[in-house]
Amino acid sequence: MIQSNLLFLIIVGSFVAASSAYIGSIMVLKRMSLVGDALSHVALPGMAIAISFNLSPILGGFVALVIAVFGIWYLEEHSETYPDAIVGLFFTTSLAIGVLITDQPDLLEALFGNIEKINFTEGFITILISIVLLTTAVFLTSKITASLISEELAKSSGINTRLVNLIYLLTVGAVVALGIRFVGTLLTGALVIVPAVSARNIARGMRSYNLMSILFGVVSAFFGIAIANYKGFMVGPIVVLVSIAIYVLTFVVKLLPLKLNRQRY
Amino acid sequence: MILDMNDNVLAVENLTVIKNNHKILENISFDVEKGDTVAIIGPNGAGKTTLFKALLNLIPYQGKIVWMPNVKIGYVPQKLYVDKDVPLTTYEFFNLKEKNRSRIKEAMAAVGLTEAVNHEHNVEKHILQNRLGVLSGGELQRVLIAWALLGDPDILLFDEPTSGVDIVGEETIYVMLDRLKVAKNMTILLISHELEIVYEHATKVVCINKERVCFGPPRKVLTKESIEALYGEEVGYYGHEHRQHHENP
Repeated sequence: MIQSNLLFLIIVGSFVAASSAYIGSIMVLKRMSLVGDALSHVALPGMAIAISFNLSPILGGFVALVIAVFGIWYLEEHSETYPDAIVGLFFTTSLAIGVLITDQPDLLEALFGNIEKINFTEGFITILISIVLLTTAVFLTSKITASLISEELAKSSGINTRLVNLIYLLTVGAVVALGIRFVGTLLTGALVIVPAVSARNIARGMRSYNLMSILFGVVSAFFGIAIANYKGFMVGPIVVLVSIAIYVLTFVVKLLPLKLNRQRY
Repeated sequence: MILDMNDNVLAVENLTVIKNNHKILENISFDVEKGDTVAIIGPNGAGKTTLFKALLNLIPYQGKIVWMPNVKIGYVPQKLYVDKDVPLTTYEFFNLKEKNRSRIKEAMAAVGLTEAVNHEHNVEKHILQNRLGVLSGGELQRVLIAWALLGDPDILLFDEPTSGVDIVGEETIYVMLDRLKVAKNMTILLISHELEIVYEHATKVVCINKERVCFGPPRKVLTKESIEALYGEEVGYYGHEHRQHHENP
């Protein structure tokens, strides 16, 4: 019984990790790594408000995220430089308010995740959403990459960069909502960023970069959940620490056979 | 006025671009006929790149821009900021527009990126499988032209071809453009700083400095007076090399 439960946890966790890592790999390229982190903080007051109205906390969190995504989208489209300081200000405010209005027992779970308590239906829905998000992101990748290389080049080849950007940001919001259940609002950012920066250390092309991000995300989830379960630790922090360990490893690989690495892939 | 589009690829009429209550371009009119090589010249800050952006419909404008029906435009941007560690190979960059490998090779061959010319740098390993961010200036420029050529454009919009960058092979970027124009039956619209080159390669020239200063065949309209009006009085006939003195016209 415990074994099959653990296996289920690992499968759900791996799907969430894979979609977070893939979407995160684009985020890192867009130089908006901290947006995922900031977004996760916004979810907290949304969850608290939903709980006090007897609604599903995930739904409340998601609504708050969608609102925040439109805010970020607006700022991105309407200002020359990305105003990260304002975003930081707004999101830390949300965190502060969220912590104040969330009940103590719920707070710890919201901050660090509670995937251990996930039931079969929730887990199944989580897997489905992960697949949808991953597919959407894969479909968007080439369009986003083109606009990363040059906004003009992308627009002149008929890509609606505004729309692509909005859809992408919505997938970020959704993946953050999934991540909160998994590792909590404080650590969701790591789920999104760390596999991508690890992959960036050693990947040469976009394809290997995206695939390695997913691989590192899944490996972190797998070993993180297994270790946490075995030792009786909280899942979220362990998953994040495993992914950090992978980062350190890739960093060493990047430094060691310098020449070899640059020529291959 | 009805724009006559008989042999025109592009007609621009009274184009005005305003940004932050500041007129960047004012009442620009010119047309581009099929087979033309039109050079847009003017000092820094004259609005040349802004003109391109308006033509590509990337920014709001007033006035009329009429393209030939179903025109296919290839655009070569001036600069591309690609970081060395952006994980995107040149091949993947081409894939953003074209998946067919032989078409990519064809476009690369058209810009002189062939195994024969680049024997010491194998095209496959050195360019296609390498990151876009580590290509040399000349290689990147050729890759960008090849990228624009994918999809067989009717007109190529080229923001400042730089003839000085380390050219692969023998021909300069301008000789190459002349060759491509004939081979691909294209029209070329380019921004340039190099007056001698404009003389040699352009069939028409549009001189702008916020407003249009002159328009027509270079030998006819590039007079001492119009160049002085464009770049300022102390500039000699070939004053383009000293353009840093005219940052703020």
